Amino acid sequence: MNPWAIVVAKSVLILFVVITTFAYAMLFERKIMGWMQLRPGPNRVGPWGLLQPAADAAKMIFKEDLTPQTADPLIYRLAPFISLITAMGVYAVIPFSESPSGTLWSVGDVNAGILFVFALTSIGVYGVSLAGWASGSKFPLLGSVRATAQMISYELSMSMSVIGVLILAQTTSLRGIVHAQDRLWFVFPQLVGFLIYLITAVAETNRAPFDLVEAETELVGGFHTEYSGLRFGLFFIAEYLNMITVSCLATLLFLGGWEAPFGWSAIPGLVWFVIKAAIFLFFYIWLRSTLPRIRYDRLMAFGWKVLLPIATLNLIVTALVVALIPQQ
Amino acid sequence: MRKNLFNVAAIIQGFKTTLSYAFRKKPTIEYPSVRKQHAPRFHGLHELRRYADGKERCIGCELCAIACPANAITVVGAENAPNDRRSPGERYAARYEIDELRCIFCGLCEEACPTDAIVLTPRFEMADYRRSAFIYSKESLLVPATAGVGTPPDERPGGIPADLGSVTARKNTVDVETGYDATWRGTLLKKDRKGMAAG
Repeated sequence: MNPWAIVVAKSVLILFVVITTFAYAMLFERKIMGWMQLRPGPNRVGPWGLLQPAADAAKMIFKEDLTPQTADPLIYRLAPFISLITAMGVYAVIPFSESPSGTLWSVGDVNAGILFVFALTSIGVYGVSLAGWASGSKFPLLGSVRATAQMISYELSMSMSVIGVLILAQTTSLRGIVHAQDRLWFVFPQLVGFLIYLITAVAETNRAPFDLVEAETELVGGFHTEYSGLRFGLFFIAEYLNMITVSCLATLLFLGGWEAPFGWSAIPGLVWFVIKAAIFLFFYIWLRSTLPRIRYDRLMAFGWKVLLPIATLNLIVTALVVALIPQQ
Repeated sequence: MRKNLFNVAAIIQGFKTTLSYAFRKKPTIEYPSVRKQHAPRFHGLHELRRYADGKERCIGCELCAIACPANAITVVGAENAPNDRRSPGERYAARYEIDELRCIFCGLCEEACPTDAIVLTPRFEMADYRRSAFIYSKESLLVPATAGVGTPPDERPGGIPADLGSVTARKNTVDVETGYDATWRGTLLKKDRKGMAAG
């Protein structure tokens, strides 16, 4: 069979699954947020509101697509696609499971998978910052300036926390990282790194309490103030895909990916992967409904004066331990 | 700054709070299918009542229009024709209009009425797309001849009841006691009725 055909088929399948996951992650979030705010959450469209994502999609598609007069039309239209394509592209290398015969369940098995993921998510910043810049109005610009500063600041600490894992695993391949956790999940030796990753991931995906980029109380809608209809929808999808991505990465890097805990290998690896990633998703929703938005100067101070030193220290200690304690 | 950022105990407390709230009973009343029970003397849309023999109670005296603090009521009285008596008295209301957008639902018209003709029912779902639709004509205010005498006026032995417990004790005064539909136009849906009984 033509290898390209297989790649295309896999990509289509994964995109379908991921977009469906996005739709129900959104519903899941609205339900959970609702419960935590003593509301029932969406329950009008379909049983338990299960058709709500479809209704939202129809609404988004049929809404008017506005372009402000002051906007730079080309970049304004391009920006949502940059966000979306980088958010989707990551799924080319994320392995979801592995069959017993050793076939990896992913589109591509890249030996520098984690670098590819970080490279793509870094490009994703351009979507947000160009959107704010090209909108030609002040609130989006402020939002995108914040986005750039915030994402660069927190990406440093995030990379530092991930390098700790890479040192332990001695590889940058996501499959290799998961296999390196056969005996012990990296969440235990890298607890500090894990906590830093958790915090920075929230900041990287622009979610509450670090959603300064779209802080509606101050910036209307932040970088997507001027966007409407489907283009706004694309940003929305990208945001949720990023959230799912960081959840998948946390699973792969710290929680042993598809490896079953306690040797419960009767349940297939894919199920474990989904359960672990879902726990992270739930955590992010829980976090959003618990903590208020942090002030911008505190966000920066926290990133540079607290997270970065701790992450660096964690990295140095990890490197020293690995270098000084002989491998068996 | 440090104190706030590193107050981990407070953050954990917050997480506990939100999680416990997620499992609490929700106070939401899912309105169109479940209805909240109103106080028995809830002031809603007006109704012109009839006597048991089908005659209109209104005698066109205009006391309601005079009592109305919002000038929402227009009454034009007329002499009853001897062979076609609309009301037992000498006169009846040839025109009776209430502008429900002006009305403040105070119930003074009901108190002013010497024949208990105008009453405030508990019906409140009056939304419409046109302002003109809120000027209710006599035809829409009057109880249909086939629908009985209409909602009984409040009994007011000593003004507002001091014991609110007795108010809640009277269940579903609105609809079940009078046997008249709670929605103004048309009948209640079956599930609505069920929800009302439950709520």
